[in-house]
Amino acid sequence: MPPLRPVSLDEIESIAIGAWILGTGGGGSPYLALLNLRRLYREGTVVSLMDPAGLADDDRVAVVSNMGAPLVGQERLTDPRTIAQAVLMMEEVIGQRFRAVMSLEIGGGNSLQPFMAAALLGLPVVDADCMGRAFPEAQMTSFAIHDLRMYPLTLVDVRDNAVVVARAASWKWMERLSRTACVAVGSIASTCKAPRTGKEVKECAILYSTSKALRIGQAVRAARRAHEDPIQAVLALEGGLRLFTGKIQDVDRRATEGFLRGTATLDGLDDFRGRTMRLAFQNEFAVAWLDGAPRATTPDLICVLDTVSGDAIGTETLRYGQRVTVIALPAPPILLTPKGIEHVGPRAFGYDLEFVSVFA
Amino acid sequence: MRRIGIDVGGTNTDAVLLEDDRVVHAVKTPTTPDVTGGIVNALELLTASLPEGGGVVDAVMIGTTHFTNAVVQRRDLTAVAAVRIGLPASASLPPFEDWPEDLARLVRGEVFMVEGGHEYDGRPIVPLDTAAVRQAARRIRERSLTAVAIASVFSPLNPTCEEEAARILRDECPGLSVTCSHDLGRIGLLERENATLLNACLVDLASRTTQGFMEALARSKIRAPLYITQNDGTVLPAEQARQFPVYSFASGPTNSMRGAAFLSKRDDAIVVDVGGTTTDIGALRHGFPREANNVVEIGGVRTLFRMPDLLSLGLGGGSLVAPEPLAVGPLSVGFRLTERARVFGGPDLTVTDIGVAARLVDLGARERVADLPAPLVERTLARISAMIEEGVDRMKTEAAPVPLIAVGGGCFVIPERLAGVSEVVHVPHQAVANAVGAAIAQVSGEVDQIFQGLSREEAIARARMLAEERAVRAGADPTSLQVVEVEDLPLAYLPGNSLRTRVRVVGDIASH
Repeated sequence: MPPLRPVSLDEIESIAIGAWILGTGGGGSPYLALLNLRRLYREGTVVSLMDPAGLADDDRVAVVSNMGAPLVGQERLTDPRTIAQAVLMMEEVIGQRFRAVMSLEIGGGNSLQPFMAAALLGLPVVDADCMGRAFPEAQMTSFAIHDLRMYPLTLVDVRDNAVVVARAASWKWMERLSRTACVAVGSIASTCKAPRTGKEVKECAILYSTSKALRIGQAVRAARRAHEDPIQAVLALEGGLRLFTGKIQDVDRRATEGFLRGTATLDGLDDFRGRTMRLAFQNEFAVAWLDGAPRATTPDLICVLDTVSGDAIGTETLRYGQRVTVIALPAPPILLTPKGIEHVGPRAFGYDLEFVSVFA
Repeated sequence: MRRIGIDVGGTNTDAVLLEDDRVVHAVKTPTTPDVTGGIVNALELLTASLPEGGGVVDAVMIGTTHFTNAVVQRRDLTAVAAVRIGLPASASLPPFEDWPEDLARLVRGEVFMVEGGHEYDGRPIVPLDTAAVRQAARRIRERSLTAVAIASVFSPLNPTCEEEAARILRDECPGLSVTCSHDLGRIGLLERENATLLNACLVDLASRTTQGFMEALARSKIRAPLYITQNDGTVLPAEQARQFPVYSFASGPTNSMRGAAFLSKRDDAIVVDVGGTTTDIGALRHGFPREANNVVEIGGVRTLFRMPDLLSLGLGGGSLVAPEPLAVGPLSVGFRLTERARVFGGPDLTVTDIGVAARLVDLGARERVADLPAPLVERTLARISAMIEEGVDRMKTEAAPVPLIAVGGGCFVIPERLAGVSEVVHVPHQAVANAVGAAIAQVSGEVDQIFQGLSREEAIARARMLAEERAVRAGADPTSLQVVEVEDLPLAYLPGNSLRTRVRVVGDIASH
């Protein structure tokens, strides 16, 4: 891969599809970010994707994400200017210029936030993130697993309110402080996380995850055009496993401690007729039980897809009667280390289960 | 209780008279270009055969595809001024952002974006910029625009910005037709705004059409309140419905499926409705159509209505048949069947002609199709059978064979044996199932709001009360109200126990 290459709008369309699958039910739909990018591309923008190997060790990289409640994002629509503003503000705080921007999480709508920022700032997007999927909290990143510094953080809203979290005692404190600021400005805000050096990105980020979202999205679209099974295409491409095919029988949701928690029960169809799958979610799908026995747990990616179209279905849009296929995709290796499991394994989400990968 | 149900399709206008749960009489007449004429004809035919013109009627319900067709065919649409309230939020995606360009060109009169709107908890984002609204009003007057769509951020939670803007616009532009997004429900600014824009561009057509319906009713001997059917299988009084034409989108297929369930006394089946131009395939669950999962596109525009999950094929009684190479549809002679089809002396070979030649149906003059080669007839029917089979398979939710209820004027083309179908159920009055579905429609009320600081039970009780009030306002008998849907969605990352609650109640139409 050349260090920099232009990304076409068609590729961004594919990234949106792939990232929504990698969102494992959370991360919010990339649709509104995609609309923004269509508009920016109509106006002549072309964003470049940067191979992380092309970063110099002392380059500075901005890690961006939109923070907040997905439902609020459906009314206060995501705007490229706020995410760019968060990056500019961070440059002021640290007194250094960024070489590139990258995504906090490749799963869901945040996959496209760096593209929006990059479009306005004229910077490239690094082909990497620090989750390899979507997770609900700040400490659930490869940077946290590597014990990198978690501050400063800039947070801006659309009214020109801005907050700098200058220091935080831990990743969990950073989550608490920034979440409080986010709620105060209406539960939606653009953030620039602790700046990273090129060396940190190369050593501690989850590399080439943008390319992964891209190729998953391209596989889904190609299968649809050929009238083939898009889910099979994803499984073949990524070495995934089909966990279940069925229809949603019941959904039970509740919000506790700010998270959308709940379970969905699925009745089997086709090869799974007569069998039952239960999915537990905390924004993202965390555990899948087949006929009462644990079948897959986080950090393995548990993705629920529309059986026909292959489109991902979010935990907020699960609905009785949907025909879905549940698949597992391999998690990035860093999440599977003992330290990784501590941060993002089943116990981190309150499930007293040993992590056993379905790919073990 | 006596109810008349009328379905105005692209091809036929059907009418039925129901006495309690019995179909007393049913008629089918061609739709006229002016729509009203066909309704007058249908009502005359319906009442002519009855003593004293049918006696007392409690309600007349009309279902129409008129407004959906106007959007799909891009005709009779009014240019609309879009007023978005929410700046500085949501600035980068203005109204019409995700519309097909050809439709946007017709409907996009002016776009105004002004400061205002609310947060999820009801706080203002910033105060409403009333000066900007006044300035928009002046521009609307200069441009002689007649319709405006107002959408404000989080208006389902707090409608005051939309109400204030509507008041200013009405003051400054007398006669302006105003649609506010909070009247159309659902959270999701772009989709709600899209529905509002579609509604605004149809209000003028809806006014004229509803006026036509009322005149048609006045010219008949029937004196009863008029209702228009909605996409969820319920009705609104005509006076309210004329302000909300988007609510009638997809009401035709809903009526047809509800009618099929009623006539067959089956609650779970696949319904295949063959009309003049299209075949709609849907699935009945517990007597109601299975609804589409997600966002529904109307003429290429994303909206958030709950619509029946339908597969539409370009196949109907009026579909054109080309012999070599064999092609069936999607072009149709539509309501000109009785002028254009061979059996009626016309020049075009249609699916109806094939049906007559195969003795599946008796229409017009069979001798006019006597010259059709038998292999052509057979191949055409085989093609139609394959189209329906594939469609049914795509709509089924399980592999096991399911019953199929055949309805619609063109349902003679549905073969008795189809792969994946346990039996083909024919029902009396199958050709007018949609009118039956209209006649049995109930009245509903719906609420979709975020409640804070209430327990789940309290929030649902509050939503139910509001929904019941809305249903009664729409003409429901308060003693018959039933909750048919409750959905509560706790909100992630929001403080203070926020709960989005949606409740829908339905009830019988109050008798007169």
